[in-house]
Amino acid sequence: MELALEPFAYNYMVKAIWVSALVGGVCAFLSAYLMLKGWSLMGDALAHSIVPGVVLSYALALPFAIGAFFAGMLAALSMAIVKQRTRLREDAVIGLIFTAFFAAGLLMVSINPTAVSIQAIIFGNILAISDQDINQVVIISVVCLIVLCVKWKDLMAVFFDENHARSIGLRVTALKVLFFTLLSAACVAALQTVGAILVIAMVVTPGATAYLLTDKFDRLIVIAVLLGSVTSGVGAYASFFLDANPGGLIVTLQTLIFLSVFLFAPKYGFFKRRAAANG
Amino acid sequence: MNIIELNNVGVTYPNGQVALEGVNATLRTGTICGLVGVNGAGKSTLFKAIMGFVKPTVGKVSIAGQEVRQALKKNLVSYVPQTEEVDWNFPVLVEDVVMMGRYGHMGFMRRPARADHQAVDNALERVDMGAYKKRQIGELSGGQRKRVFVARALAQGGQIILLDEPFTGVDIKTEESLVALFRSLAREDRLILVSTHNLGSVPNFCDDVMLINQSLLAHGPVETTFTQSNLAKAFGGILRHHQLVGADLHDDEDRRSVTVLTDDERPLVLYGEEGGQKITKHGTEE
Repeated sequence: MELALEPFAYNYMVKAIWVSALVGGVCAFLSAYLMLKGWSLMGDALAHSIVPGVVLSYALALPFAIGAFFAGMLAALSMAIVKQRTRLREDAVIGLIFTAFFAAGLLMVSINPTAVSIQAIIFGNILAISDQDINQVVIISVVCLIVLCVKWKDLMAVFFDENHARSIGLRVTALKVLFFTLLSAACVAALQTVGAILVIAMVVTPGATAYLLTDKFDRLIVIAVLLGSVTSGVGAYASFFLDANPGGLIVTLQTLIFLSVFLFAPKYGFFKRRAAANG
Repeated sequence: MNIIELNNVGVTYPNGQVALEGVNATLRTGTICGLVGVNGAGKSTLFKAIMGFVKPTVGKVSIAGQEVRQALKKNLVSYVPQTEEVDWNFPVLVEDVVMMGRYGHMGFMRRPARADHQAVDNALERVDMGAYKKRQIGELSGGQRKRVFVARALAQGGQIILLDEPFTGVDIKTEESLVALFRSLAREDRLILVSTHNLGSVPNFCDDVMLINQSLLAHGPVETTFTQSNLAKAFGGILRHHQLVGADLHDDEDRRSVTVLTDDERPLVLYGEEGGQKITKHGTEE
């Protein structure tokens, strides 16, 4: 028992656990939408594209969120321009731009390694995160959560049937921009906890898991958010004992849950479906 | 009652493509109006202009005497999408979909009031889908899927219902029950505007018809407007066309002939003199 409570004796562990849980919840909320539209890889693209912005902010001693925001916008803009001006398909454009941005980021850290380590960017550093950075992550996450709680129905209407949403007077374009802004903000926050490579899991896996468990969108959100924050909190906590990278642990946990749901879900699980198919 | 006024409406897309030009028409409530034309004739552009998604480059659309934007705010126009446009795997129940029709009536948190729940229940009863409230939408049959979206339009409460190709992918029996539903909705003083290239269903379904191919070729009651010569204008040579003249059919002096026009769906059958101005019968797929 004493052993189990040991992580809570360390201030940095307590912080890591609840900040991870918060970020995990926000990312999971967004994952409920993202995976429905076939936009899952956008999360990956965004997380990689913001890296040069983060590096530059550290080099200039600015809040990392500012750099990340501009890099994300620049990446989105470049994607739009390249897509408009060439006949390339969207996936090629995304692949091209986000790797270009990521490479630029890696190049910048390797040339100027004082500001922030490659390690921290690729794998996250939630256990060693500074108070200043924690503040940014918390502010970003809380703002995202509030906006999502207010606008989740409007976003659902837009994702479900854009034409109808427009015909009842919703501002579809503004809501889509809002969604992608929230997504980039959440990616910035998740970058700090699990690192650039694993952000994609945070904004896909919880939603995908919940999708197999319910047919009701509000319930899907609740399940996804619970999964996201519990796995993130537990992952950070368990990393203390295993002396492991929290990002890796969090995503492994999420994947294990997905696997068991995939197999045993009451309606859409593998075994249930097979039983149904065999009559 | 006149509800939609199209005044010299023209739409040219930014790439220079002219989608519509010079469309003048007045549409009344209490009717079902078919919007007929080939693919790319501007049917969907006209829909978009009525729903305010594209702004006419020239001319004006007004709905119940108001600008389109204002009419939309008052929930006057509701839209029933094509079956292929909907993601049937989306995790929503039937009642959730219909409730989305009420969003325009709710506050900014979209919290449903008692009146909203009542409207959803009434709309579902109206289309005979009350028993399916708690089903995920993908579990429904083709006709039921259509009914859910019609219920959403009813819950929204508008006087204009736009239907985009309502009969693709439904069998003939389902089509007939949907037609009966649409007829009864039109009788309650609504305008049902249907975009379709399914010619065979028009005569027994629509009161009025608009034939378009960039410009409005003809507009009026089905009996006088949906004629072979007008259809030939609208469809050019792209329809399969069979004419059985009197001599093929019988030996007497009757000069009437049977004309069958078809693309890939239900055939249109015209019967009468001079290739048939008068529609006496519609075809079936049997």
